[in-house]
Amino acid sequence: MNAVEASSLVRKFGDFTAVNGVDFEVQPGEIFGFLGPNGAGKSTTINMLCTMLKPTSGTARINGHDVVSDPSGVRQSIGIIFQDASLDDRLTGRENLQFHAMLYDVPRQTFVSRARDLLAMVDLTDKADGIVRTFSGGMKRRLEIARGLLHQPKVLFLDEPTIGLDPQTRRHIWQYLLKLREQQGVTMFMTTHYMEEAEHCNRIAIIDHGKIVAVDTPGGLKARVGGDIITVRTADNAAATARLKTVAGIEVRGGPAETLIVETTGGDRFVPRMMELLSGDGASIAVTSVSLSHPTLEDVFIKLTGHAIRAGEAESEMKSFVKMWRGSGRR
Amino acid sequence: MRRNLKAAYTIWYRDILRFGRDRVRIISALGQPMLYLFVFGTGLAPAMSAQTGGALDFRQFMFPGILAMAVLFTAIFSAVSIVWDREFGFLKEVMVAPVSRTAVALGKVAGGATVAMFQGIIVLLLAPIVGVKLGIDQIVALIGLMLLFASVMTAFGILIAARQKTMEGFQMMMQFLLMPMFFLSGAFFPLRGVPLWMNWLSRIDPVTYGVDSLRQQSLKGSLPAGLLSTLALHPIATDVTIMFALAVGFIVPAVWQFGRQE
Repeated sequence: MNAVEASSLVRKFGDFTAVNGVDFEVQPGEIFGFLGPNGAGKSTTINMLCTMLKPTSGTARINGHDVVSDPSGVRQSIGIIFQDASLDDRLTGRENLQFHAMLYDVPRQTFVSRARDLLAMVDLTDKADGIVRTFSGGMKRRLEIARGLLHQPKVLFLDEPTIGLDPQTRRHIWQYLLKLREQQGVTMFMTTHYMEEAEHCNRIAIIDHGKIVAVDTPGGLKARVGGDIITVRTADNAAATARLKTVAGIEVRGGPAETLIVETTGGDRFVPRMMELLSGDGASIAVTSVSLSHPTLEDVFIKLTGHAIRAGEAESEMKSFVKMWRGSGRR
Repeated sequence: MRRNLKAAYTIWYRDILRFGRDRVRIISALGQPMLYLFVFGTGLAPAMSAQTGGALDFRQFMFPGILAMAVLFTAIFSAVSIVWDREFGFLKEVMVAPVSRTAVALGKVAGGATVAMFQGIIVLLLAPIVGVKLGIDQIVALIGLMLLFASVMTAFGILIAARQKTMEGFQMMMQFLLMPMFFLSGAFFPLRGVPLWMNWLSRIDPVTYGVDSLRQQSLKGSLPAGLLSTLALHPIATDVTIMFALAVGFIVPAVWQFGRQE
């Protein structure tokens, strides 16, 4: 059974279609990422999967429970880390965990031992009895991760889990998440618009304007862009171009600022060979610099959608849509 | 069922825990009633005393009004915390939990009502200072009335707060509703001999029934029965019946509003 299954999922806000027919499935134990710009429909999708928002049409099942007909079944089997903090900041960390345990009907004894283990996992054992208001952003996030796991959900939803955190804290959070998958085999469904974050996923769905453009492993997606890019600077570009073409049949194109660009697969092995072609064996074209770059998910994104992941403006656009819709339709 | 009871208890317990921790709020909530009683009340006392031929001390008259004020504002404040929780995220944590939203809403009503009742009990401590004599039976009855009145007002607040997205919106609603409701309730002045429009507005004002019942019950031992009956608006049984009806009348749509899924 798939951990998460969505088919033709649609959500409209008035005339605005936030999610426009999304299909995918997530296998148990997988980290599955939704990568896309703000406003692409990531949070709307996650809210439908968590039963916070009703789909306009289409269905989704979590651990076999339908999100529309069996929301309680879904809720019991998932944990959620929201994009914005959702802690009671007047209470202590431990009290926040305790409330969660009560809401999810975790027995008192079980709660005590689980809370101890989870707090240790997220390094909050010493801080657990402090009032949450005094916690840093990273501590709050870690507490939320611990809380989301208290009832041992099979699937953990993470909506932009590291948004607004500094790079070091972000790395820490990821250490916890990867440890979690290793130790407990929890399935994770996450949304992000950070490329580095998406790299940790087993599979990524690229989403733009409410539609999934591609689903693949990070490596598989990058392979779609083509090969590695090698940028060379030589003393004599014309001679270098000719030599590479005649001796090895390699196509070279001119790059910016007097450079040459070669696109190839397996760039790491290609560079030494190229050096030998240019400087060794009779030819003596001096190479002044070489740089090798692998395609990034950003490149993949640009190739698949025709634009870069833009931060900021789309989200506010989406939010004002939702506000308008709520304002007009709900009074 | 057991789970939902536990969930309602959790929501209730959170309100109590937060109330107990907020010492500043408890003390400041005592400050406002004292201001009204001792400054406002003392200032108006001579004029009111002259009107009734010295039989009525205005501070005594005001005391149940102040009691109602403490309960009313605390109850509404508790309901506001829903909007607060929505803005600061905690509501989401509750909304995705595998518990019914009816249980959550009922827990919230119970929590708000309990906290407001506590606040009323604190104000009750001021009774001896303004010459209101209370017997044990009266205190018990007053606590019951305050709990009922607090339930009405918390449910009313939740009904309004359930769909509000921002604090500003809620505050506006409250400015337009809460203050008029309070002033029309007869908390600060007797509603005898007022113009007909005011009389009718006070009849549709839920706060009136809280103030009226609290007044009759709290002043029973301090004022002559004849004088008290001129101040009373309805028989106390009528007040209680109407408050029960209002509590149900507000709780049902409040729960429904709260439970609706987008």
